[in-house]
Amino acid sequence: MARLTINGKTSEVNVDPNTPLLWAIREQVGLTGTKYGCGVALCGACTVHMDGRAVRSCVTPVSTAVGKKVTTIEGLATNGSLHKVQKAWVDNEVPQCGYCQAGMIMAVAALLREKPKPTDADIDASITNICRCGTFQQVREAIHAAAKA
Amino acid sequence: MITKTPKVGRRSFIVGSAAVGAGLALGLKIPFGTSVVRAQDGSPEINAWIVIRPDDTVVIRVARSEMGQGTITGLAQMAAEELECDWSKVTTEYPTPGQSVARKRPWGNFSTGGSRGIRESNEYVRKGGATARVMLVQAAADTWKVPASECSAANSVITHKPTGRTVSYGKVAEAAAKVTPPADVPLKDPKDWKIIGKSVKRLDTIDKVTGAQVYGADLKLPGMLNATIKESPVFGGKVQSFEADKVKSMPGVRHVLKVGETAVAVVADTWWQAKTALDALPIKWDEGPNAKVSSASIAETLKAGLDADQTFVRTQVGDVKGAIAGAAKKVEAVYAYPFLNHAPMEPMNATAKYTADKCEVWVPTQNGEAAFAATLAASGLPADKCEVYKINLGGGFGRRGAFHDYVTQAVLIAKQVPGTPVKLLWTREEDMVQGRYHPVMQAKLTGGLDANGNLVGLHLRLSGQSILAAVFPQNLQDGRDNATFQGLDPSGDFTLGYTVPNLLIDHAMRNTHVPPGFWRGVNINQNAIFLECFMDELAKAAGQDALEFRRKLMTKHPKHLAVLNAVADRAGWGKPAPQGVHRGLAHMMAFGSYVAACAEVSVNGDKVKVRRIVCATDCGNAVNPAQIERQIAGSFVYGLSAVFMEECTVKDGRIEQTNFHSFDSMRIAQMPKVESIIMPSGGFWGGVGEPTICVAAPAVLNAYANATGKRIRTFPLKNHGIQMV
Repeated sequence: MARLTINGKTSEVNVDPNTPLLWAIREQVGLTGTKYGCGVALCGACTVHMDGRAVRSCVTPVSTAVGKKVTTIEGLATNGSLHKVQKAWVDNEVPQCGYCQAGMIMAVAALLREKPKPTDADIDASITNICRCGTFQQVREAIHAAAKA
Repeated sequence: MITKTPKVGRRSFIVGSAAVGAGLALGLKIPFGTSVVRAQDGSPEINAWIVIRPDDTVVIRVARSEMGQGTITGLAQMAAEELECDWSKVTTEYPTPGQSVARKRPWGNFSTGGSRGIRESNEYVRKGGATARVMLVQAAADTWKVPASECSAANSVITHKPTGRTVSYGKVAEAAAKVTPPADVPLKDPKDWKIIGKSVKRLDTIDKVTGAQVYGADLKLPGMLNATIKESPVFGGKVQSFEADKVKSMPGVRHVLKVGETAVAVVADTWWQAKTALDALPIKWDEGPNAKVSSASIAETLKAGLDADQTFVRTQVGDVKGAIAGAAKKVEAVYAYPFLNHAPMEPMNATAKYTADKCEVWVPTQNGEAAFAATLAASGLPADKCEVYKINLGGGFGRRGAFHDYVTQAVLIAKQVPGTPVKLLWTREEDMVQGRYHPVMQAKLTGGLDANGNLVGLHLRLSGQSILAAVFPQNLQDGRDNATFQGLDPSGDFTLGYTVPNLLIDHAMRNTHVPPGFWRGVNINQNAIFLECFMDELAKAAGQDALEFRRKLMTKHPKHLAVLNAVADRAGWGKPAPQGVHRGLAHMMAFGSYVAACAEVSVNGDKVKVRRIVCATDCGNAVNPAQIERQIAGSFVYGLSAVFMEECTVKDGRIEQTNFHSFDSMRIAQMPKVESIIMPSGGFWGGVGEPTICVAAPAVLNAYANATGKRIRTFPLKNHGIQMV
């Protein structure tokens, strides 16, 4: 049993402490916006925030998340209002299939918290998520748009 | 039960007993009759395509699958254009394959591949909208007791012109559903289009940024169990034995099952438990006859085909051997292209529930009807006892179209736990080693130049795997796989853009035990590299500019030439490039569209930076330019990832790459600036999702050769130590 705080709500999850946070979020807490893509921290589809920092939840044991504030894509909007990254994503029509986009958005939201006006080089260095649809051109435009918002 | 799944696909229909199919002029059967067919919420169907709710919401049914390419938005634009409805009130839903069968296929083909979503269904979808509009206007006219000819429709409102009376679609929908549909309805002249051709916003964005969108992998059903599976890693192998007792007592494990003859699955309370147990499960495989096959042995087989006497000939003009023998200069090159996995971000999955009188499947699929056929076959139940619900796809790229192996597996698992829904989700590792791979191909190109550097003879010999022979053998023509020649055809949707006086294009079919599949762009990926890189090789041998050399051969192909000229002009071909930047060109016609690219690269040792690619497409009619731009840029990511860093190699009969560490994919840092020139010339409907993919790689390779003097002919480039930065 582990006590997790996800999107401000506390849940008791009954899993082996080595279970990846991703699967506790998806299968115990029931939030499926965070995706399984590779299981080995290569693709970033599972990105969530832990105490505000982007982590790849597929290789983060549940035990690591105990006592931390976890935010998933479902918790990014506040008071029913989209986060500026989500807004920029809608305005720039970034998603294609959309499967990787929750992870992409979470990675970008963490970047903007650290660097509110990222350069292209900052983006290249910190956004390493895989998108097989190839939305990168719109991702870059939307990051700059969100930074200006 | 399906109301928890996404907006599209969540409704089933209540079909009135009199809704018998009756043919309209469009060659499809749009059902009508005295009794109204209703959507589940009770709203009337005007026809199979259009449901209008009392609040004026327009529900447009789309049979093709949305996998990110924007087809539901584009097809809705088609229907809405003719329906004259308020675009802001449009939503879409998927009809189910079971309903399609029960209603004699009113929606036509469900298959979403070959870039055919819009180009092959635009006419009947527009007719669906137009027919519904006429019925709505007639219903309003009947209410007002005036001739329909005195009424007009715009923005979901019908106006009686002489009196100015108006009524909204929602108010007359009930009556319109009872109107006898017109036998034929003329479609608008393209110059009058108001929605087609506009970059309206896609209809499916918001749920993708909030996490609300439900993909197949996310599906939850009451009482559902979770499964994961391992199939024989050697294609053609079988399960010999497995020690279920070793894992049965692990947490959450419910069942350890043999699935068919070739696979083993663990069913557990959660997927993570199933995966943990399957990882621990000892399985012995009977590896069968292919356990010694390697990439090297396959390459040898293909190499022998390059000089084989027996081939399938696609094009033979003049006397190639004579022309090349008599040429002032002979140029020859051999190219090779590897197997590739689709690797969509969402691994393969399907959810199935089986009882003796019903089998239901929820699956992200590019072809609902093919998923339905797989469900019937695996369940052994007739069509009226099966149903398939299409769930959102986390990418398709061809893996989820012709192949429904994961559906077969899910049903075979569900049959062993009747009454319980089971979601089967593959691991990424399983997805990597159980693909339906882009076929492996080699090519030998031989060209002859006369004393003035004119191309007088060209022989393009392909040697490699046929997709159709493995997947649709009934589509072979006297044994020949015409799809192998995509982009090299004498006419049609894949026409070669060059006129060469002596030309031979043929294929030595060399099939392997690795299952081939349709991979975004299919055979244009390698054919464009073979042809367009060799054109640069010929131009160089002739001492001519690559563009000028091509232009001389393209005078009879004005649409091909137009896109090539467009990218050359925009990129500044022939003018000095910035310091350290080198350019390369390529063009092709594929899936009905004419496409070209000019790439700009810079090279620093082994590091290649693709700075910019200018791309042009003439897709005949451009339905939603903003989405076309996104498809172009996205196709370049898929195509350039492949040419720089991807291959699937074979060792001991199995695929060696197991995850993105060994089958890599471009990141944002590697993304070039893509400039799109959308230049629809009208009068035809070309594809969008695939054609442009094929021009990125040869344009970049030609630019690389111009930068370094080095011509690379085997892929991926990482095998040459070249890194994309």
